[in-house]
Amino acid sequence: MPSKSPEADSEKPLKRINVGRRVFLGVSVLGALGVAFGNSAQNILGNAFGSGLGGLLPGGDRFRIYSITGRYPKISRQRYRLIVSGLVDRPTTLTMDDLEAMPKTSFTKTFQCVTGWRVPGVQWEGVKLADILKHVGVQPGAAAVSFDSYDRADTESLTLDQARLSDVIVAYSMLGAPVTTEHGGPVRLYVAPMFGYKSLKWLSGIRVVDQVEPGFWEQNGYPTNGWLDGTTGPTNPNPGLT
Amino acid sequence: MSIAYAPAKTLRLLRFDRVQRAAHWANATLFFILIFTAIPLYFGSFFGIVLPRHLIEQIHLWTGLSLALPVIISLVGPWGKAMRQDIRRINYWTHDETRWITTFGTSKLEADKFNPGQKLNGIFVGASILVMLVTGSMLQWFRLFSVSLRSGATFVHDIFAWAIFIVVFGHIVMALSHREALRSIFRGWVSESWAKRHAGRWLKEEQLGEERLNQQPSR
Repeated sequence: MPSKSPEADSEKPLKRINVGRRVFLGVSVLGALGVAFGNSAQNILGNAFGSGLGGLLPGGDRFRIYSITGRYPKISRQRYRLIVSGLVDRPTTLTMDDLEAMPKTSFTKTFQCVTGWRVPGVQWEGVKLADILKHVGVQPGAAAVSFDSYDRADTESLTLDQARLSDVIVAYSMLGAPVTTEHGGPVRLYVAPMFGYKSLKWLSGIRVVDQVEPGFWEQNGYPTNGWLDGTTGPTNPNPGLT
Repeated sequence: MSIAYAPAKTLRLLRFDRVQRAAHWANATLFFILIFTAIPLYFGSFFGIVLPRHLIEQIHLWTGLSLALPVIISLVGPWGKAMRQDIRRINYWTHDETRWITTFGTSKLEADKFNPGQKLNGIFVGASILVMLVTGSMLQWFRLFSVSLRSGATFVHDIFAWAIFIVVFGHIVMALSHREALRSIFRGWVSESWAKRHAGRWLKEEQLGEERLNQQPSR
């Protein structure tokens, strides 16, 4: 084409550069660099500006709201009940007031979704699951804990040892305010050492059972033990990852 | 070859043939579906309700996977001659064209069929299709990749989505403010006077090509 192109009228032949290939490759390389180093870049930006500003930046640290049913169950603070049952000495129904009267735990962690997005510096407040289990009394023969949601679709499960980790909480406060409906409020589970899908939203029931019952996401192919570092066994020698 | 007299006696030049027009509108439709499904996926918390998220995800996924098809189908095969020629035009730049970009459109230029800004737009959109296809696939089949790469793919997919949105928006604004150019993506042709003003070099090439054809009575 360039050899045939009729540029004879412009006296000297025009030199042509394949700009297309350069720009195409340049953009592709930028994309590849972003995939390779975007994670660290975001960490640096997130640390520099905090998750507040990071949340505003395109591609920055922001929650993607997922719902299995396509709806958010709306439960008021007053009507909220958490039913604790199964292999326990004292089956109990807890209200918001009951939960808030129990020893409070708070910490700040990075929320990491299994699909890749993450939100650093999320503040959490709630009751250690271990404290609730102690409160109701776990019977001999119990080996796992199953969780139900007010959305009537999601379920989750942890071994008893996982459930007793100190950063596994029944959370009623998140990002410095009561947990919002879209984030699973008024009360959700937060399993800090594992991927987000383990942190069931709109927590309605805790059942102590004799074996792990794979939950909704596990039945859809996700690992039952969703440790953030990729450990697949039920125990992780180093769960402090975030 | 592509010059013909219209009834109104304005000389017409074919700017986009049928295949190119079909490819453009197929491509535009896919981009619009992608943008409209991306909004609730990205701003999920924005709307208060999630809609049938799973359905929107599936539409976004399958539209995204077919995004490269109009370009590929219109390029390969005997029907893709004009498309292939235009891709070459878009790729190969003269020194004047490069300078036109670096001087932000102020330097003197007798424009090709597409001006350097349009060429840059085309190349960027082409490369973006590849980047979005790769990063989008990484997000869909994320189990094959480390968490750090998944985060990186999310990052790139988001940033490019914003860039594409801005570029597409700019493309539409430019099209609406250049009516004759806009009409050519519907009816295919532009007038000679338009070409004289906006694509002088292309017009000369077409005229020379026409003369050469006329000089070859064997054809």
